[in-house]
Amino acid sequence: MMLGKAAWNLAWWAVAIGLGFAGYAIFFIAPRELTMGSIQRIFYFHAATGISAYLCFFLSFLASIGYLASRQPRWDWMAVSTAEVGLAFDTVVLITGPIWAKPVWGTWWVWDARLTLAFIVELLYIAYLLLRRLSTEMDRRGMISAVFGIFAFLDVPLAYFSVRWWRTEHPGPVIAGGPNSGLDPRMWHVFAFTWLALLALMILMIRDRYRLEAMRQTVSEWKAEEELGVEMAEGKEVTQ
Amino acid sequence: MSLVRSASTVLAKELRIELRTHDLTNTIFFFVLMIAGLFSFAFSPTAAESRRILPGLVWMAFFFAGTLMLQLCFVREQTNDTLAALRLAPIDPFAILLGKILANFAFLAATEIIFVPIFSVFYNVSVGEVIGRLLLVLFLGTFGLAVVGTVFSAMAAQARMRELLLPLLLLPVLAPVLIAGVEATGELLAAGHSVGQMWVSMLAGFDVIFTTATWLLSGYLVEE
Repeated sequence: MMLGKAAWNLAWWAVAIGLGFAGYAIFFIAPRELTMGSIQRIFYFHAATGISAYLCFFLSFLASIGYLASRQPRWDWMAVSTAEVGLAFDTVVLITGPIWAKPVWGTWWVWDARLTLAFIVELLYIAYLLLRRLSTEMDRRGMISAVFGIFAFLDVPLAYFSVRWWRTEHPGPVIAGGPNSGLDPRMWHVFAFTWLALLALMILMIRDRYRLEAMRQTVSEWKAEEELGVEMAEGKEVTQ
Repeated sequence: MSLVRSASTVLAKELRIELRTHDLTNTIFFFVLMIAGLFSFAFSPTAAESRRILPGLVWMAFFFAGTLMLQLCFVREQTNDTLAALRLAPIDPFAILLGKILANFAFLAATEIIFVPIFSVFYNVSVGEVIGRLLLVLFLGTFGLAVVGTVFSAMAAQARMRELLLPLLLLPVLAPVLIAGVEATGELLAAGHSVGQMWVSMLAGFDVIFTTATWLLSGYLVEE
C-alpha cells in the first residue's frame, strides 16, 4: 500500500492492456494445434487460471496459519481475499473447461480427475465463504474460518489423489510432464505471458479485496463507537 | 491428568448421557432405516443393480446420519451451558475433542454394525464372507467423519443457521472419504472380495492427517 492511488490505477491499466495483448497473442501468435485445432487455444487461459487459483488457495492457507499464530486481523483479511479471488479463478476454470471439452471429448462434463478436483475445491471454498457469512461472533469468526481454511487446504491433496485413482481422462501435464510432453516454444511464450498477466490481475484483485475488508473493519469500529457514544449520552449504564 | 484419562472421562460422560436419553442413537437408527427403504423405492434396483449401487448407498446413508447426529454434539453443551465448565476443566483441550470424537465414532460404529446386515438383506447382497474387512473399511471412513464432524460441529455451534451450515462444511471435506470408501466397499462386494491397498491407505491417511490437525488446532477450537 506504499504506492499512491495513481500508481494502482496505472497498474490496473497495465494489466488490462496485458490481458488484451495475451488475447491477441493466443489467437494470432500461438500456432494452431495439430489435432484439436483452434479450440486448443483456450488452454492458455484455462491452465493459467487454474494454476493461479490453486496459488490463491495456498496463499489463503498460509494466511490462515498466520492468523492463528499472530491474531492480527490483517492475516484474516488476507485469507478471505485470497480465498475469494481463488474461487473466482476456479469458477473460470470450471467454465472454460467444458467449453474445451465439448468439441474435443464430445461432452460438456465428465467426472474426470481434474474436473472433479476443481469441483470439490469450488465446494470447499464456497463453504469457507458461507461459514464466514454465517458466523455471528466477530471475534471468533477469524479463528473459526482460519481453522476451516487450514482443513480445506489439507483436504486438497487427499481429494487430488482420490480422484486421480478414481479416474483420469484429462490431458496429462504438457509442461514438465514427461519425455514426450512439451510445448512449441511459441506456445510456451504465449502461455508464460498469459500467466504473468493473470498473475498480475490476481494480485490486483487480492489487493482491492483486502482493502475492502480493511475498510469494512474500520466502518464497523466506527459504528460500535457511535453506538457507545449514543448510549453514554442517553445516560445508560455502559457495560463492556 | 493425562490425555488418555481426561479423554476417557469425557467419553464416559457422553456415553452416559446417551445411555440415559438414547436421543442420538434412536434418531440415527430410524434415519438409516428410512434411507434404506426410500432408496429402494426411488431406484427399485434389480439384483445386479443392487450390487452396484449398494456401496454408494451405504456410505451416503451413514454420512447423512452422521451429519444429522453431529449437530447435537456441541449444541447440547450450549443449551445446558456446560461448555464453559468443560473449558474451565484443567485438561488438554484436545482431550475434550477426542472424547467427543470417540463418542460420536462409537454411536456411528454401532449403527453400522446393526445396519450392514439389514442393508444386506434389503438389497439381497451377501456380506458374510467379507464382513470383517467391510467393517474395517467402514470404521476407517467413519473415524474420519467423526474427527472432522466433531471439529466442524464445534465451529458451527457459534454460527447462524448452524443446522444448515454443518452439512455444507462437512460434506465437501469428506469427498475423498466418500470416493475411497465407496470404491473399497465396491471391491469387497465384487466377485474377487479383495480390497485395494490404496483405498484403505487413503482412508487411514485421511484419519491420521485430520486427527493431527485437530490435535494441533484444538487450543483454538475450544477456547472462548
